[in-house]
Amino acid sequence: MPADKTASMAEAIASIEPGSTIAAGLALEHAIPFAAGHELVRQGTDDLTLVGPISDVLFDQLVGAGLVSNVRAAWTGNVSAGSGYNFRRAVEGGELDVENHSNFSIALSLHAAELGVPYLPTRSLLGSDIAGEPQFRITEDPFEGQRVVQVPAIAPDWTFVHVQRAAPTGDAHLWGNTGVTYEAVRAADNVLVTAEEIVDPEVIKSDPSRTRITREQVTAVVEAPFGAHPSPVAGRYNRDNEFFLEYAEATRDEGGFDAWADEWIHGVESRAEYREKVTRDLSVREPTTAAEVTYGQ
Amino acid sequence: MASEDASEYTARELMVSAAAREIDDGDVAFVGMRLPLIAFQVAVSTHAPNAMSVFESGVVREDPADGFLHTMCDLPNLDRAVSTTGMLDVMGRLARGDIDVGFLGGAEIDRYGNLNTTRVHAGDREIRLPGSGGACDIACLSDRTVILMAHEPRRFVERVEYVTSPGHGEGGDWRDEQSVQGGGPNALVTSKATFGFDDGELYLRTVHPGVDADEVAADFPWDLRTREDVTGEAVGVTDAPSSEAVELIREFDPDGFWTRG
Repeated sequence: MPADKTASMAEAIASIEPGSTIAAGLALEHAIPFAAGHELVRQGTDDLTLVGPISDVLFDQLVGAGLVSNVRAAWTGNVSAGSGYNFRRAVEGGELDVENHSNFSIALSLHAAELGVPYLPTRSLLGSDIAGEPQFRITEDPFEGQRVVQVPAIAPDWTFVHVQRAAPTGDAHLWGNTGVTYEAVRAADNVLVTAEEIVDPEVIKSDPSRTRITREQVTAVVEAPFGAHPSPVAGRYNRDNEFFLEYAEATRDEGGFDAWADEWIHGVESRAEYREKVTRDLSVREPTTAAEVTYGQ
Repeated sequence: MASEDASEYTARELMVSAAAREIDDGDVAFVGMRLPLIAFQVAVSTHAPNAMSVFESGVVREDPADGFLHTMCDLPNLDRAVSTTGMLDVMGRLARGDIDVGFLGGAEIDRYGNLNTTRVHAGDREIRLPGSGGACDIACLSDRTVILMAHEPRRFVERVEYVTSPGHGEGGDWRDEQSVQGGGPNALVTSKATFGFDDGELYLRTVHPGVDADEVAADFPWDLRTREDVTGEAVGVTDAPSSEAVELIREFDPDGFWTRG
């Protein structure tokens, strides 16, 4: 029997050490693992390094909670409102180190780690001040002498992903755009899969072309319906844009985040209770069902 | 069929319409967020039915989304896309040189079209901005780029403090000398005017209806060149959006979240 990796959110997050490097928000604005992030806040797992392309307020929340020492990202803010105010305050106050990337360089960092190589070259970044950031090296390629930027590998201790469905084994289906999800899964020592739904392994095996996260990479699987709100999940719920705007207003001033977290993180016992608090209709009103895919022999 | 000019429109609707005209039929456009999202939808619905859009999140679309978009990952943008894939797939197309036109925004732009979205100063105070996202990659690698910005004098600086997204660097052949792959900025569209680049330097091409060219030039901290300096042809007036374009913009942005207010 394959191991059953299901856990409660509290159990899964309790196994993460302070000081860990965590990659999250890997499908960009889609399927961001907010429920997992909120449990980090509840447990106060601190001294974190966060890795991701853009995080659309997840990183801002963890920074606001005082859990983050370092952000290695291309963009940190609020896609609906612009600024992430906790992030801004922490950087401007000298409390947070930022390693500036582009989306492509973050993708290459994670790709290098999944391939087990120390770096990968790119012709992006050349001419920008990002190329001059201390983590990069501008060199000539040894074959034709082209100028390239060497992008060092980033291997996170943990990668968090949110998916539509996963088996208790850790095998998972994610659909819709995926950003750098799979690179980050394979780059990490541990992977936490949070899923809208835990399903029978036969459901996953009925469509193996959709299965790009498999059990040997996965440390824990948590059933977390509505676990990506306010970000959208393909086929499950729409993005809650108003929530992002309200969050921006609530956190504009110092101290605002604590009140926000008291209501939305510390003030709810479970994701089910959180869901009850969200009154806007985010349901998928015009579902598109894919044409049937047949395998067999 | 050409449609008549719209009689009423906002500055941002004009920006979207001007940006849409920068997409040629058959182009592959790297779209990004905000106004360019709508510009692509207008272009593909009017003069560029064979244009394709790619988004760094891993979305490839051939047509407008059937629903309003706050972000590139809103479900209407994923629903009935041509492909929903990963970032390296899309960035690979960019790195190979397959992207004809990329769209950029910025907090600051300088004389040579370099953009800063990383950090700025207000007096002595440093303000941290969100950062590059995919903008640096689009700026480095697209065949050409089109920049959209609100027309505010504080955004126009002699030299950006941090080059998040390289334009033409220091002008002339700077991109070639620095081995920067793509062609660099081709146009800047603000809420008052459109600009081109000559020998890597920004010049005023057209002013929007009712805007005075001298007023626009006064917003720049250097002696802004104009189309007259570059081609001998006087600064023109930006074409008003067609009534069809304005109707489409209001269909794609029914509450005016991006284009009104």
